[in-house]
Amino acid sequence: MTAFSQARGLAAAAILALAVPVTAAAQTLDETINQAFANSTGWFVSFIFSNFPGTTFPWIVGWLVAGAVIFTVYFGFIQFRAVGHAISLVKGDYSDPKDAGEVSHFQALATALSGTVGLGNIAGVAVAVSIGGPGATFWMIVAGLLGMASKFTECTLGVKYRNEYPGGTVSGGPMYYIAKGFAERGVPGGRLLAILFAVFCILGSFGGGNMFQANQAHQQIAGVVGDYPGWITGVIFAAIVFAVIVGGIKSIARVTEKVVPFMALLYVGAALIIILMNIGNIGWAFGEIFRGAFTETGIVGGAVGALIQGFRRAAFSNEAGVGSAAIAHSAVRTKEPITEGLVSLLEPFIDTVVICTMTALVIIFTRQLMIDPATGLYMLGENGRIVTATGASGVGLTSAAFGSTISWFPYVLVVAVVLFAFSTMISWSYYGLKAWTYLFGEGRVQELSFKALFCLFVIVGAAASLEPVIDFSDAAIFAMAIVNIIALYVLMPVVKRELGWSG
Amino acid sequence: MSDTLVAAYDGSAASRRAVDFALAQARTSGARLVLAHVLEWSPYSFLTPDEVAERHRRRKDELDRAQTAILGPLLAELAGTGVAIETDVRFGHIAETLAAIAREQGASQMVVGRTGESSVMARIFGATVGTLAQIAPVPCTIVP
Repeated sequence: MTAFSQARGLAAAAILALAVPVTAAAQTLDETINQAFANSTGWFVSFIFSNFPGTTFPWIVGWLVAGAVIFTVYFGFIQFRAVGHAISLVKGDYSDPKDAGEVSHFQALATALSGTVGLGNIAGVAVAVSIGGPGATFWMIVAGLLGMASKFTECTLGVKYRNEYPGGTVSGGPMYYIAKGFAERGVPGGRLLAILFAVFCILGSFGGGNMFQANQAHQQIAGVVGDYPGWITGVIFAAIVFAVIVGGIKSIARVTEKVVPFMALLYVGAALIIILMNIGNIGWAFGEIFRGAFTETGIVGGAVGALIQGFRRAAFSNEAGVGSAAIAHSAVRTKEPITEGLVSLLEPFIDTVVICTMTALVIIFTRQLMIDPATGLYMLGENGRIVTATGASGVGLTSAAFGSTISWFPYVLVVAVVLFAFSTMISWSYYGLKAWTYLFGEGRVQELSFKALFCLFVIVGAAASLEPVIDFSDAAIFAMAIVNIIALYVLMPVVKRELGWSG
Repeated sequence: MSDTLVAAYDGSAASRRAVDFALAQARTSGARLVLAHVLEWSPYSFLTPDEVAERHRRRKDELDRAQTAILGPLLAELAGTGVAIETDVRFGHIAETLAAIAREQGASQMVVGRTGESSVMARIFGATVGTLAQIAPVPCTIVP
């Protein structure tokens, strides 16, 4: 048995082990899964989210930011130099009319974005500012700008090393560039690292790309229509997801894909209106953002706490360095891999620097975060979070902030959350599938078994409050970044060669 | 150098009338006839990841289908007419792409058919023929 097939067997076992608890009796589903996960995966979660010794700085956040800084410097601040060229590419200025009918750069960007614009932009940012204060916004933007270089690197490689099949379909992503790229450069261990990435990617697709989304969407719906069992949401969601990814009912997906960009625009538009209506706060709000970014404002961890929250949120939201976008972009038919990389560097900008920042600004401008008038410091609740005007947190905080100015907007937000969750699920089902077929081979049976499992996890995710499971799936997504960024370090000279014109 | 006529053909009865009209003209003037077929495509529509991955194959399938199912039977039927006939199949916005074909083929005239319905749909989405009347780069004959 070769090392590869051995690892393949191990991967299969790991994934089957995940699926087993699902068959447990429904009423104990929650506890069974929680227990099984807490026992078997706790060490992994604590390892991923552990801090640098003697600090409160999670090393994984440092890892992502260090990667982004190194790529930014190595490619000579590509994200600032090439942004004009990237926009021209998306507008189609360089498109060959003969290629009409192929996937355009615009479509590639929109598809990849619909995978990353999700609950992180709405709920996650609210969590970040309620822990890290307004200063987190500053660091989130910095991290978003740096992340553009990571995206550029991984997406260029995704296109360069993808597999093309005789039928005209393609499969690509980190597992392919790790395996092929390492072999090409004579670096050992590529095969093993690629398998590791694929395993993490499958786990991440079941977790952060699926269960977390289903869970949060249910919370939102229940918040509006009143509490009801989560499995109902789960079954409905699973049925729709099943119809799209197994039944090939493209119309549902197409509707979502059309509505999601519209919702994103509506969201940013509403945010701008709210900011304009509270424009009197502008000097104060930006003062708070800079004050919080560099000085003590009473939040846990001070300015460093703001930095951690901002960086962590940006990383969760735009997935730069995680490798997921490389899978999405590698399907695009383009002659120059570098053009796809340039287009992809716009993603962290739109996702983090625009959309996430809007959420943060609305919360700050509408003065949701309570300040102690005596000391000028933020008031902390017992959970270490800043006390909010309505007592809400997470999605609720974003909802309250929008609702404070536009009373009916929380209802629009519910629709947006559900649609964002759905489109993120569809995207991650594709990422997970590509990792799955990398491990088990391309084929109808392999694809169906993955898709069925994926739908099962939608129900599980919506039905239970799965803290350990969600922790684990977040950890799996970050674990993808550990493997992926190692690969990006090894392969970044290849991208530099592709870049050519910058020398 | 002989003249070139471009006739838009999409398999409909209206477009067939346009082709017949162009054919009669071509026969008398000895012009070359280009049958243009455009597959509706926008680079700004939204696709799922699956659709992105399959797009290249789908595009090939769509081109093949246009050639075999739509233009093939017509070419077979017109084979004995003595007119030099070519085909030009492209993706894009229908009216704009037809205009581009006329320009690039060096046509002296283009011929399109119309269905004659002034339906609500046509008013909302803009009829191809109406757009062509505005943007055609060469004289454009509209066959009722």
